[in-house]
Amino acid sequence: MSATSRFGSDTLVAEQITVTVNGILVVVADGTTVAVAVLLQGTSCRRSVSGQPRGPLCGMGICFECRVEINGTPHCRSCQIVCESGMEIRAGE
Amino acid sequence: MNNVIRQHFDVLVVGAGPAGMAAATCAAESGLHVGMVDDNPGIGGQIWRGDTINSATEAKHWAQRLGAAKVDVACGTRVFGHPGTGILLAERGNDVYELKYRKLVLATGARERFLPFPGWTLLNVMGAGGLQALVKSGLPIEGKRVVIAGTGPLLLAVAAYLRHHQANVLMVCEQQSWTSLVRFGVELLRQPQKIRQAISLQGALGGIPFVPNCWPIEAMGRDSLERVVIRRNGKTETIVCDYLACGFHLVPNTEIAELLACEIRNGYVHVDEFQQTSRADVFCAGEPTGIGGLDLSIAEGQIAGYAAAGNKSAAKMLCKTRGKMKRFAGVLDNTFTLRPELRSLPSQTTIVCRCEDVDYSRLSRHTSWRAAKLDTRCGMGPCQGRVCGPATRFLFGWSPDSVRPPIFPTSLANLGALSSQSITEHCEVTGGCA
Ligand SMILES: Cc1cc2nc3c(=O)[nH]c(=O)nc-3n(C[C@H](O)[C@H](O)[C@H](O)COP(=O)(O)OP(=O)(O)OC[C@H]3O[C@@H](n4cnc5c(N)ncnc54)[C@H](O)[C@@H]3O)c2cc1C
Ligand code: FES
Repeated sequence: MSATSRFGSDTLVAEQITVTVNGILVVVADGTTVAVAVLLQGTSCRRSVSGQPRGPLCGMGICFECRVEINGTPHCRSCQIVCESGMEIRAGE
Repeated sequence: MNNVIRQHFDVLVVGAGPAGMAAATCAAESGLHVGMVDDNPGIGGQIWRGDTINSATEAKHWAQRLGAAKVDVACGTRVFGHPGTGILLAERGNDVYELKYRKLVLATGARERFLPFPGWTLLNVMGAGGLQALVKSGLPIEGKRVVIAGTGPLLLAVAAYLRHHQANVLMVCEQQSWTSLVRFGVELLRQPQKIRQAISLQGALGGIPFVPNCWPIEAMGRDSLERVVIRRNGKTETIVCDYLACGFHLVPNTEIAELLACEIRNGYVHVDEFQQTSRADVFCAGEPTGIGGLDLSIAEGQIAGYAAAGNKSAAKMLCKTRGKMKRFAGVLDNTFTLRPELRSLPSQTTIVCRCEDVDYSRLSRHTSWRAAKLDTRCGMGPCQGRVCGPATRFLFGWSPDSVRPPIFPTSLANLGALSSQSITEHCEVTGGCA
């Protein structure tokens, strides 16, 4: 089990990371979660079973409203995943 | 094929918030091999998440001690199952961890209680702690108009935090009455450290209107929030805003404790003076044993850590401090009870179960959670009732079913690991065991 905790590093002031949300480039600060990248792009995260657009509610991995597709993997809780350079995110579909 | 990684610890801690960090540190400082897992990308839990871990003095203190004590930390790792005595299963991406322990400390924290009202599913209507968490993970909030609503001390903490980040916080709507809040204030006077917190909070709020007897009745906008209608002293008022941050106090995360068959009393994990649950190998600290704030979580964490390591004399020395703080937890629960009017917030078409889009009218025909679940799929979506369970408990008085594994939805491949048998098979095939 490796230590992935971030203490000791200046996560949010560090460099910029570029990801794509539905093919559009979004630049965020290192340490930003995917949920925030999606909000910045101005789209919802997912459609509900009756087709309503939905976005983050709890911000802590409980509600599952922030689910998006990341690099082809569906249903990722975007509020608990930090952006990595080149990530391909599909949201609002 | 998924990797299965086996780890063995003297003490395993679930949750890397203040309680978990304190527990892991104290157990490791007592000379034991300690592991800690948390499903968030970093340590710190709700209050110290994101960059706060590097800025808050107390957070830095515990982070440094934790590092020095050589606790084995795995973030982004979610516990989902308990295949047998002394074992938990966790997943991290495509990897499954089989975590064996002699003693377990559960420090799984709490979540916000959400209540449904018309428009609460619109984009940019979030939890109070929810919006704060997003800002802590990079959401720019400067100049954004925010209404904060619901109940509990978290609303004020969030207001101060957002204001500090240059949000335009328009109002804090607290459903509770002045009378109850004054009683709460009197209780605070008995706790010097709480008074200090309250005074610094007062400064940090800097004139944001705080309105008791006030709650949201509708959020409006096309897809995204544009304005919120509030009820204030019997009248309605409309406020144009960018975000509505709304939460109705906290509910404890007791799922793992329930899975392990630890005794639950009045909704909380029951523990003795050493934070030991009804199961001798399982300890519990922080919010699952009662909602009492940061200081109590840290005190309980330390006691649980020392006790799990068999260092009872060190644990005992902290009991007095904890006692005083525990009293505060009781006061919190009594102060922020929900007013009955909130039961009529949802309209017939308001969605109550957001995973399965089940509206109020379909639920109100039923007399129990079980019946509603079977007929409507309420609570059967991925959140497994974590949002609609506490809501329907308040709206209809229903008690949720007992917890079943996996406690979080997990990939089918990872689910296969639920039986120890299949873990061995996976390991033989993949050679993935650590
Ligand atoms: C959303 C929210 C925001 C808050 N903000 C503030 C604030 O600004 N100021 C304030 O004074 N208090 C705040 N509080 C209250 C604060 O959390 C408590 O006072 C105290 O710090 C709790 O510490 P804890 O260690 O008990 O729990 P937490 O800090 O909640 O830590 C519990 C940890 O366990 C993890 N966890 C839970 N289940 C699993 C699982 N199955 N697998 C792996 N990990 C798991 C969680 O992700 C979390 O990181 C907030 C509470 C919430 C719910
Ligand atoms: S916002 Fe609730 S799970 Fe991500």
